[in-house]
Formats: sequence, C-alpha cells, structure tokens
Amino acid sequence: MSTDSPAERPLLEVLREDFGLTGTKYGCGEGQCRACTVLIDGRPEPSCLTPVSRAAGASVTTIEGLASGGDLTQVQRAFLEADAAQCGYCTAGMIVEATALLRRNPRPSRSEIVDSMNPHLCRCCGYPNILRAVEMAARPDGDDA
Amino acid sequence: MPDGFRDDLFEPDRKELGEGPAYRFGLDRREWVAAVGAGLLVTAAGKVAFSAGSDVSEIPPSTRLHLGEDGSITILTGKVEVGQGSRTEVAQAAAEELRVAPAELRVVLADTSVTPNDGSTAGSRTTPSTVPVVRRACAAARELLLRTAAELWGLDPSQLEIQAGAVVKAGERMSYADLAKSSRLTSTRDDSVPRGVPLTKTADWAVLGRSVPKARAREIVTGAHRYPSDIVRPNMLYGCVLRPPSYGAELTSVDLAPATRLGAVAVRDGEFVGFAAKTSHEARNAMTACSKTARWQSGPHPSSEELGTLLKARAQTSGSGRRGPRRRERGDVTAALARGTALARSYEIPYVQHAPMEPRAAVAEWAEGRLTVWTGTQRPFGVRDQLAQAFRLRPEAVRVIVPDTGGGFGGKHTGEVAIEAARLAKAAGRPVSLRWSREEEFAWAYFRPAAAFGVRAALTGNRIQAWDFTAYNPGTAAIETPYDVRNVRTQYFPCDAPLREGSYRGIGATGNNFAREVFMDELAVAAGADPLEFRLENLADERMTDVLRAAADRFGWPGTESFGSGRGTGIAAGFEKGSYIAICAQVRTTGDRVEVERLVSAFECGAILNPRNLEAQVEGCVIQGLGAALTEEIRFEGGRLLNGSFSRYRVPRFRDVPPMDTVLLDRTDIDSAGAGETPIIAVAPALANAVFAATGERLRSLPLRLSRA
Repeated sequence: MSTDSPAERPLLEVLREDFGLTGTKYGCGEGQCRACTVLIDGRPEPSCLTPVSRAAGASVTTIEGLASGGDLTQVQRAFLEADAAQCGYCTAGMIVEATALLRRNPRPSRSEIVDSMNPHLCRCCGYPNILRAVEMAARPDGDDA
Repeated sequence: MPDGFRDDLFEPDRKELGEGPAYRFGLDRREWVAAVGAGLLVTAAGKVAFSAGSDVSEIPPSTRLHLGEDGSITILTGKVEVGQGSRTEVAQAAAEELRVAPAELRVVLADTSVTPNDGSTAGSRTTPSTVPVVRRACAAARELLLRTAAELWGLDPSQLEIQAGAVVKAGERMSYADLAKSSRLTSTRDDSVPRGVPLTKTADWAVLGRSVPKARAREIVTGAHRYPSDIVRPNMLYGCVLRPPSYGAELTSVDLAPATRLGAVAVRDGEFVGFAAKTSHEARNAMTACSKTARWQSGPHPSSEELGTLLKARAQTSGSGRRGPRRRERGDVTAALARGTALARSYEIPYVQHAPMEPRAAVAEWAEGRLTVWTGTQRPFGVRDQLAQAFRLRPEAVRVIVPDTGGGFGGKHTGEVAIEAARLAKAAGRPVSLRWSREEEFAWAYFRPAAAFGVRAALTGNRIQAWDFTAYNPGTAAIETPYDVRNVRTQYFPCDAPLREGSYRGIGATGNNFAREVFMDELAVAAGADPLEFRLENLADERMTDVLRAAADRFGWPGTESFGSGRGTGIAAGFEKGSYIAICAQVRTTGDRVEVERLVSAFECGAILNPRNLEAQVEGCVIQGLGAALTEEIRFEGGRLLNGSFSRYRVPRFRDVPPMDTVLLDRTDIDSAGAGETPIIAVAPALANAVFAATGERLRSLPLRLSRA
C-alpha cells in the first residue's frame, strides 16, 4: 500500500484514516496501553508513537492481516475459545503481541507470557482469560511447559 | 414509561446522571423494515402486528421482536454492549423462550430510531429489567405461533410442541418461517395477543444458565468489529476540540485565521472551539496554530490535597431532592450511642477516572435537517435528547446509534462528544469523526466522586447497638448498613464539588462500603472478636452470611499469619443492586509496598444466566477494584490534572493480578440480578483490613498507602 503523507504522522493514523484499517486501536498516544500494536518487520511496535516514515519500505502487519482467507490463526482461535474479550477494544493489540511472542518463543513459560503482555492494558481487567488464551495458543495440545 | 424500564422498583444512586424523558420514536424505521423484510412483529408494549415489508405506517413503534418470512428472528433493545455481555445475554434470553439457538438470532441494540427505549445501560439493570421483558415478548410470540399452528392443523395447542424453531406434531413440523407467512397469523390483531404466558422455569432452562460464548467475538479477534471510533462515512472529516488550559478558564479571544489558512474547518460557537480536516493530523495542526492565539481568563481552583476538608466545608446542608441532604433514622441512635462502648472514625476516598480503553468517540452526519450520530454512550436516548436540545431539533429528527463500545464502567452516560462532533459536522457540511484523546478523556470526562465519611457506633459485647453513618458526596448506593442493628442513623450530604462527577462501577457503593467495612473491622478489633465472626453475629441476612462463609471456607479463613508479621489477611462483604459479594484477601507488606498475595471472592446474584461471562465479570470487576484500592487517585491543582495519563495514573496490569479464586453461588430460586458492579465494593476494604492485620497500621483513605518507609 502507498500513501502520500507528512513524515511525522503517526503510523496508527495512516493505517486507520488512509487505508481504512480500523482494527488497530488508539488507546493513549504514549505507548502505555499498546492497543495500537502492529508488527513492523515482524516486531511488535506501538503504532501511535511510530512516525509513518519509519514504516516506509517496511512490512507492517495489522490484526486484519493475521487470518488468511477465513482461517483464523491459532492465537485468534485461542482468544475465541478462552472468551478472552470483554469489550474487546484491547484485543487486537493483545493478539498481535501474542503472535509475535509465539513466533520468537513458541513455548513461553507463564512468567514469560506475563512479561511480554504486561505493557498491554485491558481496562475491563480481563487479564485471567487473556493469559489463558495465550497459554492455550502456546500449548494447543494442553501439555505442560 | 416503556415496558422494561421499571425503575420505580429501584432507587438510582444520587450520582447517576438523570434520565431523559421517554419520547415517541421517529420514522427511520423504514430503513430497518427494509432490512428485515416482511414478518411478524411483537412490540415492547406487548402488541402484535404484521409488516408487509415496505409500509412502515403499519408498524408500531418500539418493536421488541421481528420474525421474518425467511425465518430470521430479530430482537431489539435499547440497551448497549460495552463489554459486560448484554448482547449475548439478550440473545440467550430470547433463544430460551423461542426454543432456538442463541446464534440463530439477530440482536439489534441501541438505535433510537428502531429499538425500544429501555433506559440507560446502568445500575446493573439489564439482567433484572430487560431480560424479563425480552423473555415475555418471546414467550408471547412462541405461544402465538403455537396457537396459529394448532388452528391450521385443527388441533388443540396442548397436542403440539415447539422444538428448534418449529411447531411439531407426530412426524410433521411447521417452521417459524412457514408460520410467519401464514395468512392466519397475518390476520392476527392486538386482541389475540397471548397475555401472561409463563416464562420457562429455571429448572427447565436449556440456554439460560449455561455458558454461551460472547456474541460477535469473531469480529473482535479479526479486527472487523467497528467501534464508535472506527465508523467511517463517505466524505468524512476528522475533528478535534480546543480545551481550556484549566478547569473554569474562559475564552476571551482566539484567532481562527491560521486554521483556515491551513485548509481546515474552524468553528467558534460560544466557549466551543473546534476544527475539522481531512486527517486527524491536519486538524491537530490547525488547532495548534490557533491555540497560540487563544487568550483565557482563569480563576482559582482547589487542590486534591485539601479534598477531605473541602467536601465537608462545601456540604449542602439544606435543599431538597437530589441536591439536598438526606437523613434516615430508626430507633434512638443518640441514646444507644451513650449506652454502649462507642467508637468514631473518619474515612476518605479520592476522585478516580473510569478510563475505558476506548475514549469517547462520535461520528455525526447531517442530512436535510436531520442528524445521525454514531457514538459510544450508555444512554442512547438521553444523548439523543441532549443533541435535540443543543441543536433545537425535535427528538424525532435525531438518531443515535451505539455500536458495541470499548468500555464504559458508568463513565459514558453523557453526550458531549456527540454534541461536539455534530457541531463540527454542521459547520463542515460533511460528516465528522471526533475521537477524544486519552488526555481529554482523563481531564474532561466526569469522575467517580471523591467523598468523606464519619462513622460512629456503640457495642455491647459483639453486638452493634447503634450505628451512625454520615457520608459527604459519594452517592447514595449501599449507604444503608446491611447489618442487623436496631438504632440506625444514615445521613447523606451532597457537596459543591470541585470536579465534574457522575456514575461509576457501583458508584456510591464503593465509598460507602469502604467506610463501613473498614469500620466493621475496627469494631471487631475493639470487641476483641474475629472479623468474620463479628460480622456473622451482626447479620440477619442469610444471603450475605452465605457469601461470607463461602469466601472464608475457600480461603481457609483466618489463615495462620500472626498479627503485625508483615503478612496479613482481611475480609469484607457488601450488598448492592440485588447481589452479594464477600472477599478474603492476603497481603504482604515490605516497607511501604503492599503486595496482594491472594484473593478469594464469593458472589451471589440469584440464578446464574451465563456462568463463564459471570465469572469474567466478577474477576474483571475485582481486578479493577485493585486499582481503585491501591493506586488510582486523580490529583489536581490550579485547575489542572497532575496525573491525567496512563503513565502517571496507574491502573492494574497483568503483573498486578494475584492468584484468585472466584466462588459463584447459584441461587436458582431467586430472580437474577446484575453482576457487573457489586464485586468492586468489597475489594478496597478487604485489602485495608488485611494491611492492618499485616502491619497494625489502620489505613482510612484510598488509595491505601502505608506511611512507613
């Protein structure tokens, strides 16, 4: 995708306003809630703090880009199965973060999951079910780490 | 008053923002009727009608249920979904009575042009008020379908059954779709509406009482769901609003020319100054350019440091109604206080902010003098009326649609963002999307009230003989003691508050129950009694006794920690809005640090409708309560917030979640009450009491802060 945009515009706003990719959410504008997390060349980044110029020429993956066709990813399926969304506004950022975590560490321990997810806020405080979802995605067969 | 909004049965907290009047509905139903097609309609008032699919004049307002000729079923309610699970619960309720699967139903929520006015989504009223009216409408429809099939077959209805969306007799079935097309049904008139059809008995529930996955979860995990801030309209602009530099500051002058030079739309209308442009970035640039020219006049504003004395000094000691004081007394409190061992203590709570993940957002669009606004609010009809008032329109000319929204917690009752977006859209002549920043959401949304309390009691042995409770400003929810005391005086004083206040999860119950349950602990200590036993000895309410015992049993109360060892346990309970909570907590203190090591909650709200959602609501509510107990406090000075951001206003995160147990008591013999609020009210007192056991230091204000370094 391409757009003509001032270099300093937040990537988040370009995704949402220029490309119509509204699955990525604004939550705080200071990288404190991570609702806006996207993958830039595979790394999870807060798109609210990322100037669009940094994404030029890079690969950016948003929540809309995870499922291929109608097939949900393992992480998305786990979030469904664990009933991990209350209002669901933080969910996209959580799923993108968990996806990145499991790509670099397919068998994370519980404390590694907590450490990776901790920058993300869920104000419904649905943390127990979100953790359950990430653990299910990491251990789809239900075996222990 | 429309069916389903029986708020005469319930006294709203004084701090709940008032309801708007219930108006008749506009005629934008054309659009909706075109979408659902021909079929049977049951209205909120219990009338039956038939839609030919295009002629809206035949359709009564506030349709509750539509059965299409294609067999599609649509349920309509004015309630909103903000994460608490109302959409799923309404689908379950309808599916139960219609004998179909919840996923087969379409649920339309909160569109003031098509849904009934079911009041605000507040006070935990969806479960006790809306679920029953949805069930009654669906049971009436089921009965009507059954009778129609019986007539067509020439049989008695008792010879037929309803299974999976069809009326069946031996070997034959007539689907709802077949019946919706039948001329016998279309000739039905109001006088044939079945009345008083009994609801499915709890023991026979097939859908209610079971865990049903969240509706629309797939759209959420794929990013496809459009929250209010995601709505896009053709030709839409993005807006922003110039805020005063401090509370109470008045605009004396501003030059809008810099915005116009940048190609943005700029509006000044009284105190309102806003901008709209093709991108948020351009709108902000225009605002920044103009804000340099703005001149403001500001006056003094108090500091959060002086809140306790300020609230008492500003107490409204005269007046009547919501703005006046309230006093209730039974027995002779003064005499009883003089007879027993008396104790008196004071407590305080600060302002807290809801900070839902989605800040306020609205998209406004004008067409031919009519206004449509998509916005996240818990009061769709109230916001419609606010818009009508602001723009001098008839309410029928305003349509408010509430897409499933990113959190509320009582914080989204008002329509300011809708009004601002509509003002910008009017000036621009194009739809405008306005999304508050987090900073704006902290500073300009209303707050959970700060409050002060004075409590006195007298004991004889372990029994409370007199109870004298005075609350300044928290709101009135749960202000009356649930304990069994003969001489009780309860006084409430609203205050001339320094910040804008409104609803919150549990609202007044958070402060009232904090003061009461910490004081109960202090009384237990004074009596030399175990805090659990002391409560039980002063309780006549079995349901409260049951949750206390359930929490204590699972927890292993009181534990084995010795007093002042740096590790301690605390207990607290509460009753509000028809449900009961008890929490046991274990904390460890290191210096001034409080670590929550374990929490056990027992909760009872009558018959459980959806166990997994209930557990998630209770857990989330309790964890949110950890924030208000330990870290959350709005600080301000000189009219400015000192901590209006997530980096300075600490809310619970993953690492803050302690090991938790949640015990859900299922009272299938009691009507279901709501569950999203009450669990929060026992968290802070349980922790304060545990901190006392761990350290010997009694903390009487929130957030809990140990003095020792």
